[in-house]
Amino acid sequence: MKLEMRDQPGQLVAALQPISAVGGNIIAVIHQRETSTAAEVLDVQIVLELPEGRLEKLLELLREQGVSVVRIGEERLLYECTLIVIGHLMHTDLSDTVDRIDRTGSAEVTELSLAMPAISSPSSARIIIRSTTRAEMKKAIRLLREVAEQKDLLIIEPLEDG
Amino acid sequence: MIRIALLGFGSVGRGIARAILAKDLNITVTGLADSRGGIIDAGGIDLLAALDRKGNGGPCGSPGVSPADVVAKADYDVLVEVTPTNVETAEPALGHIRGALRRRKHVVTSNKGPIALAYPELRALAEANGVLLNYEATVCGAIPLIHAIREGLAGNTISRLYGVFNGTCNYILTRMAEDSLTYEQALAEARELGYAEADPTYDVEGIDAAIKLVILANTVLDMQTTLDDVERTGITLLTPDALRLAEDQDCTIRLIGEIIPEAGVLRVSPRIVAKAHPLVVEGTLNAVTVETDLAGDLTFIGKGAGSTETASAVIGDLLYIHDRYVQGS
Repeated sequence: MKLEMRDQPGQLVAALQPISAVGGNIIAVIHQRETSTAAEVLDVQIVLELPEGRLEKLLELLREQGVSVVRIGEERLLYECTLIVIGHLMHTDLSDTVDRIDRTGSAEVTELSLAMPAISSPSSARIIIRSTTRAEMKKAIRLLREVAEQKDLLIIEPLEDG
Repeated sequence: MIRIALLGFGSVGRGIARAILAKDLNITVTGLADSRGGIIDAGGIDLLAALDRKGNGGPCGSPGVSPADVVAKADYDVLVEVTPTNVETAEPALGHIRGALRRRKHVVTSNKGPIALAYPELRALAEANGVLLNYEATVCGAIPLIHAIREGLAGNTISRLYGVFNGTCNYILTRMAEDSLTYEQALAEARELGYAEADPTYDVEGIDAAIKLVILANTVLDMQTTLDDVERTGITLLTPDALRLAEDQDCTIRLIGEIIPEAGVLRVSPRIVAKAHPLVVEGTLNAVTVETDLAGDLTFIGKGAGSTETASAVIGDLLYIHDRYVQGS
């Protein structure tokens, strides 16, 4: 999500403190002094990661600090990871495999490309998982690994995560 | 001059002999043995004659002289132990290395077994006897990875080390990606070219790569691990489709060994790697990236196996010892 605020001196620090207080993770702070206005006013944009359900608490803390939030933009699924799965994907209920990830609520399979060779040989699929946070991605991959073990599938993970 | 006793006269041993004959390395071989025979000669063994005998299918020396005799009786400064790896017991190499260290002889080995299974004990034994135990050739053939980490990167903290540790697997995966070969076809081709053994299990199941990780973890990364600590998946189940699906995204699949010291992670598994990544090397090459705090990231690429290439690592160790420890030169 993105927070935009019109800032008076000292407000930036006041805005950052509550973010860590609610367990958020700041990804980027972008601020630009506006030349059009004479007053000491800053346009600040903060990109951050928040655990589910903490947004209301953060806004309350920001209001207490006297920081005015101009706009909130939310991007739910920030992280993307491509994996390849090999095995008897259809016989082991591919839709259930996908569903197990989707049911987490914080990670989703957003793309699936399936190659099927001759009947009874193992098939291969490339899947793209998107998630709300890096931690949720790790959880989703762990979950996929568990499913793979139950269904005797081989998971090929990327060398670099995220 | 440095005097060596050479145990093992297969591909690596003969590579060393040929390099000694071809170059002025100031190395004299005073003991030589393989599983079928040996020679002890304080005046220096005729290596050309020994290579000839071996080339004609004979033993390198007389059947009455065993490797143990060479270790115990020959007059040498450094034991060069280059017999094949035994991952279960590390024998008979382990006993020979112990014997030489107890005689206060330095040891250079290309044998993964003793280093992976008994490094702390062997190192303590070497220290107690005031000699060195060097093993550069055990990991990634010609790439001087151990020396680079021990000396060149001394003082750095390594946060992650990962790469391509097995040339056979890398060849198979390169061929599967290039020409859409099946795993079985690529393996057959690797066998024909002598890159894969008749029983390829050790390579294709990731055991060889896992042993190299254990050696690095235990000897240069301050970890205490065994082969069982390595999470290991081989390449036998990979399909041409999987490689094509990776290719569609400008990626490929490589068997990657990875160590994350702080998290205690040791892992060998096929991974999706961007084709532009420096670790994506072709054919039987090896490539290793080391992530450090002071030096940043370094990637080493080179030949991971081969007679002359492995001999290079052994000779590097020998001359390192010679420069620092061997008297009267």
